[in-house]
Amino acid sequence: MNIFDDFIVPLSNFLTRPEILVPLAALSLALVLRFYRTVTKPKIAGGIGIAFVLLFVGSLSDAHFKEIILKADNLPIVLLIASLLFFLWLCLRRAAINDERLERDLPPIEAVHKRQTVLVWPDLVMSEFICLLAVSALLTVWSVGIPAPLEEPASAALTPNPSKAPWYFLGLQEMLVYYDPWLAGVVFPLTIVAGLMTIPYIDTNPRGNGYYTLKDRKFAISVFLFGFLIFWVLLIVIGTFLRGANWNFFGPFEVWDPHKAVPLMNINLSEIFWVKMMNTRLPENWLQREFLGILVVLAYFLIAPLLLAKTVLKEQFQKLDFVRFSIVIMLLLLMLALPIKMLGRWMFNLKYIVYIPEFFFNI
Amino acid sequence: MSDSDKAKREGMFQKLRKTQFWRSVFRHGYPDTQRNRALAVLSNVFLHLHPVRIRKSGLALSFTWCMGGVTFFLFLVETVTGILLMFYYKPVTYEAYNNIQEMKETLPLGMMREMHRWGAHAMVLTVWLHMFRVFMTGSYKPPREFNWVVGVLLLLLTLLLSFTGYLLPWDQLAIWAVTVGSNMARAHPVIGHEGPGASLLMLDDIPLVTVGSDARFILLGGRFVGENALLRFYVLHCVFIPVVAITLMAVHFWRIRKDGGISGPL
Ligand code: HEM
Repeated sequence: MNIFDDFIVPLSNFLTRPEILVPLAALSLALVLRFYRTVTKPKIAGGIGIAFVLLFVGSLSDAHFKEIILKADNLPIVLLIASLLFFLWLCLRRAAINDERLERDLPPIEAVHKRQTVLVWPDLVMSEFICLLAVSALLTVWSVGIPAPLEEPASAALTPNPSKAPWYFLGLQEMLVYYDPWLAGVVFPLTIVAGLMTIPYIDTNPRGNGYYTLKDRKFAISVFLFGFLIFWVLLIVIGTFLRGANWNFFGPFEVWDPHKAVPLMNINLSEIFWVKMMNTRLPENWLQREFLGILVVLAYFLIAPLLLAKTVLKEQFQKLDFVRFSIVIMLLLLMLALPIKMLGRWMFNLKYIVYIPEFFFNI
Repeated sequence: MSDSDKAKREGMFQKLRKTQFWRSVFRHGYPDTQRNRALAVLSNVFLHLHPVRIRKSGLALSFTWCMGGVTFFLFLVETVTGILLMFYYKPVTYEAYNNIQEMKETLPLGMMREMHRWGAHAMVLTVWLHMFRVFMTGSYKPPREFNWVVGVLLLLLTLLLSFTGYLLPWDQLAIWAVTVGSNMARAHPVIGHEGPGASLLMLDDIPLVTVGSDARFILLGGRFVGENALLRFYVLHCVFIPVVAITLMAVHFWRIRKDGGISGPL
């Protein structure tokens, strides 16, 4: 009998399944944003931090966990998780302090010395120099401590399993589970870049410029944090640590067995409709076969904006002009397309909403 | 040290600073007065990236985390270590891997490859954190909208720099990671041969977008990740992307000043 093997290991392997981990993380983020003033109090946040560290150190006793976590090229992702948690805390803590001050009609802390300026030489140059020394020291320790890996010479004949993209693109590779390459590999990344560039032009809220706050920019910050932390960073974490041979899911304490059998039961919307519900064969003509999926996609992009403008996004709709609102809503819908398809997969084994292999056009 | 020694040393330093050479380099006195401190920044092309004075709140480490500065510093580290690596590396498939392996054994500065690799990882990390900070302080709001756009381009270039460098060691990790990454181009709508709409581009009956002419082929200079891809990635990695990135960084830094320095409450 051993608590670790009998209880913690199976539980963690269960909790880290994408269909549990992604909703769980999204829920945690929502709770943090809702109760940020309490959660970021040093004692509570410190407690959570210590719990994370203990869990992490404890898990290192597992050989497989240790192997993938401490793989030289995976260290950046461990650093990414740690630094993002820390800086998220820092932002929200400062936001909590500022928001409370704003409620009491005091200026944010950043404005206290508003008119006070300092000379760049020596004040700024000095602090930049200290940062530079600190970074050099860290990088030197890292480079002395961990040799850069070099695998076997390249060979076009031997495909490693799994073949992974560089870690910063693993979010996209993880999206490939749910969407075809033309979406996950082309449309989504281009939208992310274009969407990031439009942020200053679609966020017309004049408040929250130059100080930490959450209250003044709740909508903008929430959308950004969900997009960045859940649909980008978390997918990278999943792709790095939880995807093994054949891109199958493996829990943190599970060995990557290349022969793990995963039943493939995913079906298309057209099959659900024609075969399961209508009890007929799939029609030959692709337009007839896929009409339902096409309608769903059209409705998503044409009707959903109208509904959202009347309900959840009413405030945004009133504040923004037509062009800006259309851009916001299209970016939002594209972002939400990912969790929608994820849910479809986890709940109904949905493979494609629209499946037209004749034109490589699958959604 | 006795007082007279000290006086003598100061004397020597003072004498040095009075030479024609010293004064030709530094065109201001010792920066211990307001005027000379301002001149120290103004008359130095590098320090001149800064304004003379900044807002006190912008100085605070808890506000900027110095993340942009750290990113820039890592870029400089990558430049220096990268140049050293270029002396020992030939971008041809039958040499590249061996060059890298030899580096480990023979290079006097054996740590350069480590510094370059871990520095590159770190730079991707810090540029994300920098963007995170800029977003959370709302610093992209007027008048800094355009500098945010420049920043997004820099983010993209940082990722592309890292991606093109990934191939150069020419080991299994390298070619397969790049294969996975560049396979995406195959699915590009219309211009990738497995993308939707590719079959629209036809000349009579001959498809124009094929394995031998699509977006992936252009990126790799071939049907798979081979010698042309290695050369292309090498040139992009060592020359093209860095030059574009340096140019955009100059714009980025210049704009920080022109937009009124580090953001603060209005
Ligand atoms: C190679 C990449 C980059 C370098 C070297 C760089 C460098 C810097 C530096 C040194 C600063 C001064 C303040 C600070 O350190 O935070 C700064 C500010 C700024 N950066 Fe970047 N940056 C890069 C990428 C980005 C990205 C990806 C974005 C956004 C998408 C961005 C947007 C901005 C903005 C808007 C400011 C002004 C912030 C303020 O006034 O508070 N930069 N950058």
